[in-house]
Amino acid sequence: MTQALHTPPPTISAPPAPPAPPEADLAALAARHGLSVSGARPSLPEYIRQLWARRHFIGAFATAKLTAQYSQAKLGQVWQVLTPLLNAAVYYFIFGKLMGTSRGIPDFIPFLVTGVFVWTFTQSSIMAGTRAISGNLGLVRALHFPRAALPISFALQQFQQLMFSMAALVVILLCFGTPVAASWVLAVPALVLQSVFNTGIAMIMARMGAKTPDIAQLMPFVLRTWMYASGVMFSISHMMSKHTDWPSWVTSALQANPAAVYIDLMRFALIDSFHASQLPPHVWAIATGWALLAGVGGFIYFWKAEETYGRG
Amino acid sequence: MAENTNPQQHPTHKAPTDRIPTDRIPTVIADDVDIVYRVNGTGAGRGSATAALNRILRRKQTEKAAGVRKVHAVKKVSFVAYRGEAIGLIGTNGSGKSTLLKAVAGLLPVENGRIYTDGQPSLLGVNAALMNDLTGERNVHLGGLAMGMSREQIKERYQEIVDFSGINEKGDFITLPMRTYSSGMAARLRFSIAAAKDHDVLLIDEALATGDRSFQKRSEARIRELRKHAGTVFLVSHNNKSIRDTCDRVLWLERGELRMDGPTDEVLKEYEAFTGDKNDRSDKAAKPKPKPVPLPS
Repeated sequence: MTQALHTPPPTISAPPAPPAPPEADLAALAARHGLSVSGARPSLPEYIRQLWARRHFIGAFATAKLTAQYSQAKLGQVWQVLTPLLNAAVYYFIFGKLMGTSRGIPDFIPFLVTGVFVWTFTQSSIMAGTRAISGNLGLVRALHFPRAALPISFALQQFQQLMFSMAALVVILLCFGTPVAASWVLAVPALVLQSVFNTGIAMIMARMGAKTPDIAQLMPFVLRTWMYASGVMFSISHMMSKHTDWPSWVTSALQANPAAVYIDLMRFALIDSFHASQLPPHVWAIATGWALLAGVGGFIYFWKAEETYGRG
Repeated sequence: MAENTNPQQHPTHKAPTDRIPTDRIPTVIADDVDIVYRVNGTGAGRGSATAALNRILRRKQTEKAAGVRKVHAVKKVSFVAYRGEAIGLIGTNGSGKSTLLKAVAGLLPVENGRIYTDGQPSLLGVNAALMNDLTGERNVHLGGLAMGMSREQIKERYQEIVDFSGINEKGDFITLPMRTYSSGMAARLRFSIAAAKDHDVLLIDEALATGDRSFQKRSEARIRELRKHAGTVFLVSHNNKSIRDTCDRVLWLERGELRMDGPTDEVLKEYEAFTGDKNDRSDKAAKPKPKPVPLPS
């Protein structure tokens, strides 16, 4: 820059025309030249198109977050598998050994571990979604991209995390003598539906968390309550057969609970001692309904506030 | 392109053809723009529990009483930027320059008024998208994708970006995590990634001030090149020299108000008088607004 000091000040050959006297109506000038309002919300189809154009960013961002997570640890990416396993071990110790919820459930360890992993996917997607905008204001304020890329990317990161857990789960299943069965294929549609559901909820929470960051403080409690109602470490169908005196709305609420539905579908797919009789009626319809409701509804709900994200 | 380090005979970049637009097509129009930040948990109660409760319970009541403090960062600013112009934004710290730039980029919502743009103005900068725990190589990809480049474009420009940053001059650093870089190296890589994309309306926020001398020269040359491709350039800087070198029109913001708008030399003269000797300002810079109205805060 010092070198530039020797530069003679640029000679102004013809001084630029004096700044236009504010035209009577700047809006009319803008309209005449076809300018668009900066930061306005695009239409829904246009928004989807923009989002699709950023799909590689969504993927790269999720993978980057996932890799960065354990990059400082000595064991590195081993923690991807170790963390869910330790989680399952703790739940096994408390609920299987100390409180004895395992009574009457065959293959309790696969039952429990499947529940913990599938639930953790929903739980962490929602937690990450809540902070997707409020925790990334720097990014939102610096670059232009459809903001839905953030919650979707965080949900995708949790999905990738789940894939590590599922690998661990398969090992556990084989160790405990669960036979490989054709029904394992059903895990795929169950996972797809759950992912759509999680992404939708993540987008809803992202909008709420962007407006009221306090929600991030509240969510752990909501999620913990939800977890205990979702049969992660006990069997809902056992519970209901024991408490036949429960009012019918309680049982239908327990059966329609999306988290419980996705967990039970996964158990049904993977564990041969978990029979279809333990599933609530119309289980695939419920699973699809929740996925569509949360996915489509959440996306539209998030898009409605697109232009407000990033306000200080 | 970027390797062409010697900035060719200085300000030849100001080709008269692109400086005086003949038909004057507007690219950015700011119409009476107000920008207000709202900060929770300051003000009267200073984050105390009662103030927070107040805020929640009496939501729609006066925000001031509820402990939400409003910072009026930009006040009633109007201007029209035309294709081919390079516009400098000057003003003392906290005068609203960067805020205005973000609003033009569509990243900050305006409180009142409208900002119209031709295409999507983009801010030069990707810092926020990069992750310190990842290698420089992966950050180049991530940053490029975040700016909206396609994977093919990134692949095509990858070598160019790395060479331009000069990260690999002292060894194979691009495959190390960015947290191991010195701050200067990291800044160079960030600038190189950010400058890899061509823009319609380019907004630069003091990007020139990074890296060592030789890198600064290279980045200035790169910005000139970007200018040639971009329709309109906005440059925020405290360096009057680089404003003079790059811009032909200057907007001077002070306390969020547009104090002057005109040819670089005129505005800079007033601005230098204003910053150089504060006691004299009422005489020298009295043009549009003799006394800046103090912020009611």
